[in-house]
Amino acid sequence: MEKLLQVNELETQFTKDKEKLKILRGVSFHINKGEVLGLVGESGCGKSLTSLSIMKLFKGTSGEISGGSISFKGEDLTHKSEREMRKIRGKQMAMIFQEPMTSLNPVMKIGEQLLEPIRLHLALNEKQAKEHVIFILKKVGIPRAEEIVYEFPHQLSGGMRQRIMIAMAMSCNPQLLIADEPTTALDVTIQAQILELMKQLQREEGMSVLLITHDLGVVAEMCDRVAVMYAGRVVEEANVFDLFESPKHPYTKGLIGSVPKIGQRKDKLTSIKGNVPDPSNMPKGCKFAPRCTEAMAICLEEEPNPTDLGNGRMCSCWMIEEGRKNVYA
Amino acid sequence: MPETLLKINGLRKSFTLPGGMFAKKRSLKAVHDVSFGIEQGTTYSLVGESGCGKSTTGRLISRLLTPSHGEIWIDGEEISQKKESQLKLVRKKVQMIFQDPYASLNPRMKVREIIAEPLVIHTKLSKAERNHLVSEMLEVVGLTEHHADRYAHEFSGGQRQRIGIARALIMKPKLIIADEPVSALDVSIQSQILNLLKDLQTEFNLTYLFISHDLSVVEHISDSIGVMYLGTIVESGPKDVIFSNPLHPYTKALLSSVPVPDPRLRRERIVLQGDLPSPVNPPSGCRFHTRCPACMDICRTVEPEVKKGLADDHFVACHLMD
Repeated sequence: MEKLLQVNELETQFTKDKEKLKILRGVSFHINKGEVLGLVGESGCGKSLTSLSIMKLFKGTSGEISGGSISFKGEDLTHKSEREMRKIRGKQMAMIFQEPMTSLNPVMKIGEQLLEPIRLHLALNEKQAKEHVIFILKKVGIPRAEEIVYEFPHQLSGGMRQRIMIAMAMSCNPQLLIADEPTTALDVTIQAQILELMKQLQREEGMSVLLITHDLGVVAEMCDRVAVMYAGRVVEEANVFDLFESPKHPYTKGLIGSVPKIGQRKDKLTSIKGNVPDPSNMPKGCKFAPRCTEAMAICLEEEPNPTDLGNGRMCSCWMIEEGRKNVYA
Repeated sequence: MPETLLKINGLRKSFTLPGGMFAKKRSLKAVHDVSFGIEQGTTYSLVGESGCGKSTTGRLISRLLTPSHGEIWIDGEEISQKKESQLKLVRKKVQMIFQDPYASLNPRMKVREIIAEPLVIHTKLSKAERNHLVSEMLEVVGLTEHHADRYAHEFSGGQRQRIGIARALIMKPKLIIADEPVSALDVSIQSQILNLLKDLQTEFNLTYLFISHDLSVVEHISDSIGVMYLGTIVESGPKDVIFSNPLHPYTKALLSSVPVPDPRLRRERIVLQGDLPSPVNPPSGCRFHTRCPACMDICRTVEPEVKKGLADDHFVACHLMD
């Protein structure tokens, strides 16, 4: 399979009071063409920052990429200038955000907002561009598209706004769509509509999707492969069936066990004790060790390296690394 | 036969939306004819989408709001129209846990003061006695004595929710109304809090009214469930019946909308068309008819009556039941 995006040892840091704080501490994963990759983890683990780093959206913050590489269609994005990035954003990779209300311009009509990326990236005349807007709105299932273009975002419901965001992202046929918690702010029945729509569009266009979510249900329904993040690193990567069937990393096990499942009678949920560590005060060794039920002496001293388990599976855990070593010894 | 702790009957609440220079005043029927009961020591959950009136129902029962119509019986006492001055005794019996653990704790008070505040209001205990009870309660919810002299901002979301629970429990209430208590938390923390709530229920024989939009959480914690849509309960009954044999088309659609954390179970869903109608101008007849996949002519004009379903305590309001 052809790789569309390869993120390698990506490090992103922020500067506060002259102190550098590394939030992404070596994130590695890849997305194949036409594949949906889920990026999961709890709040503060760096999922959203990973997507912003790929798009290099750091304006107005002290954020910068301080190491690693992002290879998109064979080109390294980390060295691209803002000008070059602008040609890529919206055209080759596009993004949908969590809160559709705050990511649409409240004083611009829907049609005008949709015209922006089209005018910027596609060589269409005024009339063709307007037709394209209507076409794309119909594609995402907006009723009365011809009228909606003259309305403002506040006149639409949450689900409709998210459809507009998807239409905007899809308008220039991107090869990579980054969806950051696209359904978290929506009710379940509306979430079902939006997930259906994203699946259908993804299949029709053969595009690759990076789906960022904390909802393992959404992951199970949507994704081909999954990368699990904890404290600024990917700790496990696997195809979706392997991940849910036999999670390897104790954190992944804990996450899957924490989710109540309909139809599964369980008196007690497994929970992960404690909290996500503070990035300015990271524990030594494996960052999950203080919460891990299986932690060994080495876990508190040294951070484990990713171990390749074959079949596209990867896991960073001393239990596995040690186990592997024993096999070869 | 277990004792019924809470019984509500024909509860209604409407809000008046302010008119403008040209707009007329409009009335929003947030809760429309809601009735149910909860037995001592059990958990009843209200589920539904945003704007369906589940939180308003919770606030009516805790009397943070006054109902426009209907009865609320708690522990054999009718409280729906009691004045604020008469409610003090009720407040001892009914406590709330809120959704947002960041907004529901006073940032200027120490944890000790937050948890002890109900004691200051309702009892004449001395400071030493109050402190003793606070320490005990902190242990119960899984915190320790040395957390007591910190401020709320020093805690994580899960710990704050534990503080909120401690505050609710300190008066030894009979009924706890938990309004989306785990929605703002990450899954690993969510399961800690759900486990805690279950343990506390067994330990103190608590009765919960659990308000949530998350059906998997509701299934985990409840004994009985009421499914709300636009201010009315469309189906209610024991958890097992609702989850294995839902009869109302809305319940069916809601259940099938929930993404299941198991990739082998990808299935065809019932995807509802359209959005939730505005409660200011609810549809005529059955309120669900605009989105219902099984809508008939009668549904557009006649409001369905509540009928008995598959069990004695299973009720459905749908014309398909005829």
